[in-house]
Amino acid sequence: MEAKEKYVLRLADNALILGQRLGEWCGHGPILEQDIALTNVALDLIGQSRMLYQYAAELKNDGSTEDDIAMKRDVFDFYNVLMVEQENGDWGKTIVRQFFYDTYNYFLYEALCTSTDQRLGEIARKSFKEIAYHAQFSAEWVIRFGDGTSESHERVQAAVDDLWEFTGEMFTPDEIDLAMTEAGIAPDLNQIAAQWKRKVTQILDIATLKMPESSFMQKGGKVGEHSEYLGFILAELQFMQRAYPGMQW
Amino acid sequence: MSKEEMLDMEARFERYVAAENKVEPKDWMPEKYRKTLIRQISQHAHSEVVGMLPEANWITRAPSLRRKVALLAKVQDEAGHGLYLYSAAETMGADRQDLIEDLLSGKAKYSSIFNYPTPTWADIGAIGWLVDGAAIANQVMLCRTSYGPYARAMVRICKEESFHQRQGYEIMMALAAGTPAQKKMAQDALNRWWWPSLMMFGPTDENSPNSALSMKWRIKRKSNDELRQEFIDKTVPQAEFIGLTVPDPDLKWNEERGHYDFGEIDWQEFYDVIAGNGKCNKQRLHARNVAHDNGRWVREAANAYAEKQAKRRKEESSAA
Ligand SMILES: [Fe+2]
Ligand SMILES: [Fe+2]
Ligand SMILES: [Fe+2]
Repeated sequence: MEAKEKYVLRLADNALILGQRLGEWCGHGPILEQDIALTNVALDLIGQSRMLYQYAAELKNDGSTEDDIAMKRDVFDFYNVLMVEQENGDWGKTIVRQFFYDTYNYFLYEALCTSTDQRLGEIARKSFKEIAYHAQFSAEWVIRFGDGTSESHERVQAAVDDLWEFTGEMFTPDEIDLAMTEAGIAPDLNQIAAQWKRKVTQILDIATLKMPESSFMQKGGKVGEHSEYLGFILAELQFMQRAYPGMQW
Repeated sequence: MSKEEMLDMEARFERYVAAENKVEPKDWMPEKYRKTLIRQISQHAHSEVVGMLPEANWITRAPSLRRKVALLAKVQDEAGHGLYLYSAAETMGADRQDLIEDLLSGKAKYSSIFNYPTPTWADIGAIGWLVDGAAIANQVMLCRTSYGPYARAMVRICKEESFHQRQGYEIMMALAAGTPAQKKMAQDALNRWWWPSLMMFGPTDENSPNSALSMKWRIKRKSNDELRQEFIDKTVPQAEFIGLTVPDPDLKWNEERGHYDFGEIDWQEFYDVIAGNGKCNKQRLHARNVAHDNGRWVREAANAYAEKQAKRRKEESSAA
């Protein structure tokens, strides 16, 4: 597989798997207004994943459709970061997962808007406004929780500590990332890491939350080495296409 | 107010609504009008919210990404409908929190249709087509209801509901035109949803004692049986068009009446489900309660933060 195709799949899989996770909340949110808001994020993410899968299908150029790519690969062929497949947990954990990811996504897509790859640039420009809104939404909730009640503070600090080990993978470049940076298609991940760290430090500080000290970082998602969660996510995502292969819906 | 004055006010109110005037929140209205509407609007709001559950059930399993996006958007619309309707109820002096407590405790009702399960993807098509379809028949009438805020909420909601109805019908159309397995799925869903959809209009006119008052006050404008007949007349040709069979052997076009004749509705089933014995009554109420309980700390935190912020702003402005 060409490096660019794999890179596009990484972006697409991140958006789809996180959107799928958020879809689990729909109808079960803590208050109607927030149920609507989170569903909105899910909608944006799945919409973005579709643009990216359509592009991946073009790159693949073997007649595959967006659904073929999303619905017919097994766990080891998915390239999303481990962060997005983590369990929803309570609303606080979902928000922190979102905050870590949205902040990364914000700087990443901001840079992708000027990608030398025209299609990717277009997709990024179409998505950036949505992503900026997501980042603002999750940061505001982190602040609200951190500076809310002692219960919310504890819950959200626990989520920060819990999810911290999945943040490193987003910024650790491998040969594909390096090739993309080299070609001007994607930004340098070290630069994104620095921007992310500054923003996250600032928000956690306002939220009176502590930045975890632990430095051990999980990795593997980007190359198809996943947690146990992804198989279950795919079982639901792909159920219809697997049970009724080759049909139109 | 003396009894005579009250009767006089009521008579004036009746003339006012009979002349097709809208009642607004600040207007005088009979206490029973207010109570009837709060009950009706809040039940409608609860139905929108509980109605999210059987459909949200399929978000993670939608067969294509396009369908997944459409379903997410649909369920989100229903949440929005719930919000408008709770707001409309609040204009009559009801409190959203109290209304929700009544739903959670099982005291308040919601549309019984949502106590039926959605075991297959075709159920998502059938709900959009039939359940949103039946809701529209009722809600188009409510766009002209006498209470202004309710009528206006309905206008907005109806537009979205008819979009949902078309989307559901399109799902069924795709299934009916698909493989034998898909067609079977579609027919099975129609078989299960047809009769419950007819029950959505409520008991027959002779068994619907409150209807007369609602008609007099221009809350309702058509009887349950009229609306049901309208829905059947509109829906049967749609089923035929895509080659599905309405599960009613007595269904027959009656040239003389200009309507379809249809078979006996199993009202025992209707009352059983209302009494809490549908397949999913417990599950639905449980899901709402779990969401509410798990959300408590979130709501508390949001309130606590808002209070802190307000206090900070106050301190800042007094320091300045
Ligand atoms: Fe609705
Ligand atoms: Fe409705
Ligand atoms: Fe609807």
